[in-house]
Amino acid sequence: MTTTHSNDGELRIGVFVCDCGLNIAGTVDCAAVAAHAATLPDVVCVVRNKYTCADPGQNEIKNAVREQRLNRVVVASCTPRQHEPTFRQCVLGAGLNPYLMEMANLREHCSWVHPGDREGATRKAKDLVASAVARARFLQPQEELAVPVTKRVLVIGGGVTGIEAALQLADAGHKVTLVEKQASIGGIMAQLDKNYPTMDCSI
Amino acid sequence: MVRPDEFQMGLSSRKAIYIQFPQAVPCSYILNMDDCLGNNPIACGKCADACDKRAINYDDRDQIITREVGAVVVAIGLDVYDPTELDEYGYTRFENVISSMEFERLICAGGPTGGHFVRPSDQERPTRIGFIQCVGSRNPKVGRPYCSNICCMNTIKDTLLLADHYPDVANVVFYQDIRAVGKSFEDMFQRSKEAGTRYVRGLPGEIEEDPETRNLVVTVENTTSGKLERHELEMVVLSVGVQPAKDMSRIASMLTLSRTSDGFFMESHPKLKPVDAPTRGVFLAGFCESPKDIKDSVCQAGAAASRAGALLNAGQITIEAITSRVDEVACTRCGVCAKVCPYGAIVWKKGEVASVVEAACAGCGSCSASCQFGAITMRHFTDEQILAQVHAVLAEDPQDKVFAFACNWCSYAGGDMAGISRMTYPASNRVVRTMCSARVSEEMVLEAFRCGAPVVLVSGCHFADCHYINANRQTVQRVHKLWDKLEKAGVRPERLQLEWISAAEGQKFAKVMRQLEELRGTVTRDEIEHAREALKAKPGKRPGVRAAEPVVEAPAAQT
Repeated sequence: MTTTHSNDGELRIGVFVCDCGLNIAGTVDCAAVAAHAATLPDVVCVVRNKYTCADPGQNEIKNAVREQRLNRVVVASCTPRQHEPTFRQCVLGAGLNPYLMEMANLREHCSWVHPGDREGATRKAKDLVASAVARARFLQPQEELAVPVTKRVLVIGGGVTGIEAALQLADAGHKVTLVEKQASIGGIMAQLDKNYPTMDCSI
Repeated sequence: MVRPDEFQMGLSSRKAIYIQFPQAVPCSYILNMDDCLGNNPIACGKCADACDKRAINYDDRDQIITREVGAVVVAIGLDVYDPTELDEYGYTRFENVISSMEFERLICAGGPTGGHFVRPSDQERPTRIGFIQCVGSRNPKVGRPYCSNICCMNTIKDTLLLADHYPDVANVVFYQDIRAVGKSFEDMFQRSKEAGTRYVRGLPGEIEEDPETRNLVVTVENTTSGKLERHELEMVVLSVGVQPAKDMSRIASMLTLSRTSDGFFMESHPKLKPVDAPTRGVFLAGFCESPKDIKDSVCQAGAAASRAGALLNAGQITIEAITSRVDEVACTRCGVCAKVCPYGAIVWKKGEVASVVEAACAGCGSCSASCQFGAITMRHFTDEQILAQVHAVLAEDPQDKVFAFACNWCSYAGGDMAGISRMTYPASNRVVRTMCSARVSEEMVLEAFRCGAPVVLVSGCHFADCHYINANRQTVQRVHKLWDKLEKAGVRPERLQLEWISAAEGQKFAKVMRQLEELRGTVTRDEIEHAREALKAKPGKRPGVRAAEPVVEAPAAQT
């Protein structure tokens, strides 16, 4: 990390605007959003994709990172709660630290909730992209800490589900602690006589 | 000591010392200390006298056992709906009205009647039996709008069992829809009809009892024929629904799990992560996730076991690099950060610089927002990053916008839910995501007002759902402080709103956004300008507010 600006250390942001078929483009004017993104500070490349998460879309990101020497990527598509891992992996594949990728949520938070208001949704989408670009300008590469996982599983509940999960884990060689509040395992299923569809005994 | 036997649904009795049921695992006697008279020889002590092996220990106590685990599978099951409140069906008034759980015990060879199906009032075998579906299911009036999934098939199974045991029995099932959508289920439904079961579309309004015969008179509008029907039956089985277990809220707060509006545990994603809880390392299976039958429960148990096993096999997990770091130079050694950390992840002694235990830090940002000296940086959610978003969003026409901070786990996810469910609201809102509402500092809110925001929302998880134990208590304190500050500065405090929106509450998210848009309409340009001036930053107070310039690392050599 350097603290001085140099030609080598200039910000080069790529913005990838996703149509998501018609999920986003059906409501938001994606061409206008892309045009707006091109005017934002440090944005050197704007690409529109039909489906950014599909292989061709991801390849466009990877190629642009390499060819345009991008050091920040903004994906304007869906919620980061769904596809942040996808696009982090994607930029990592292009040699960029995954924390240099930022998302703007044009689908769950915009097109899907403002149908019939193309103008308002487009205005909002532009702002969401501007917000993501502004944030991207300050992103820094990060290293994740790895911690060991304790090799034991707790299963809470000794009904049919808990028993099955505990057995499968134990069969796979894991240590399992099964907790049941009653004196016996079996749960409510133990109280049933026969059960469908096989009409055999519950216990 | 004689008590109703819970396993037999109270249809027979047990002692204070008993085996729960013949196939119990472990199959040993338990002494229920709530019922036991104790070892005072005058009171009782009979079981100790009777036990040659001297296995009775009256002084045995509950123990707390500590186990460290790397993953948790939550499979806490369900509670069966108690139909007492539906008085029209006379469950508590008429002996021959029973629940489907009681039916199970009455027809079971291990039950109180040895499997001889008799009605409670006279121990005679009934030949005309009615089943009423959707008791406590698909009924918003009793707070259970959802389908319990299993009751249609359970009743079909019951009619087949009865037909098999007693070919002379005439069954009639009152239903609103028969949901027989699983593999081979339709076949069972057809077999039930072939066996003579009559299916009447319509739920009875009321049940009356003939005091002489103790028979039950059911009046129902058959919605297929449009005619009113009257059925005299010897016994009625209420096909009761299921509900979230009573223990769910305790488990939810222990493991920071969210619940849907129906009360079941919420998965990370319905299709992509159907058995993962939003809390890493926690997996959901069985009824507690949603009503389902045995086959689906077993399938889900396997899925949860597989997910938990994969985590253990990996041997390690990486922690998202969103943890906090202390700037040793800027730190004034006040210790506020250590006090607000819900995880005790900040080590501080009086007179010493604070430091962060990275493996213990979950990245909520309470410490950073509480630090008056800008000495704590949240990696990946820095002041500069968030303030840059505030500035970008409000750069043009801020008067038209509702500015919202939303926490990742609940409020932002609630916004996603609104999207997935296509719940519309005005396009004026602009959301900035932080991991926790406690990450939102005073300066961030004030800066939004300085940039001309008419309305600012801080939103987070409901108290019991906070994904950072109780970090959102800090949010409340901070917002209260801000309300005071706004009032003193002559800014209407309601321009800053605080809302708790869960991941399941898409509807609430949309409603809040509509309300805030209305509120925005009441804020005048003069008010916006006044707030800009009145809340002006004191120069040099907080480093985050200065017009920061990004710092760029020298790029790695690229081909």
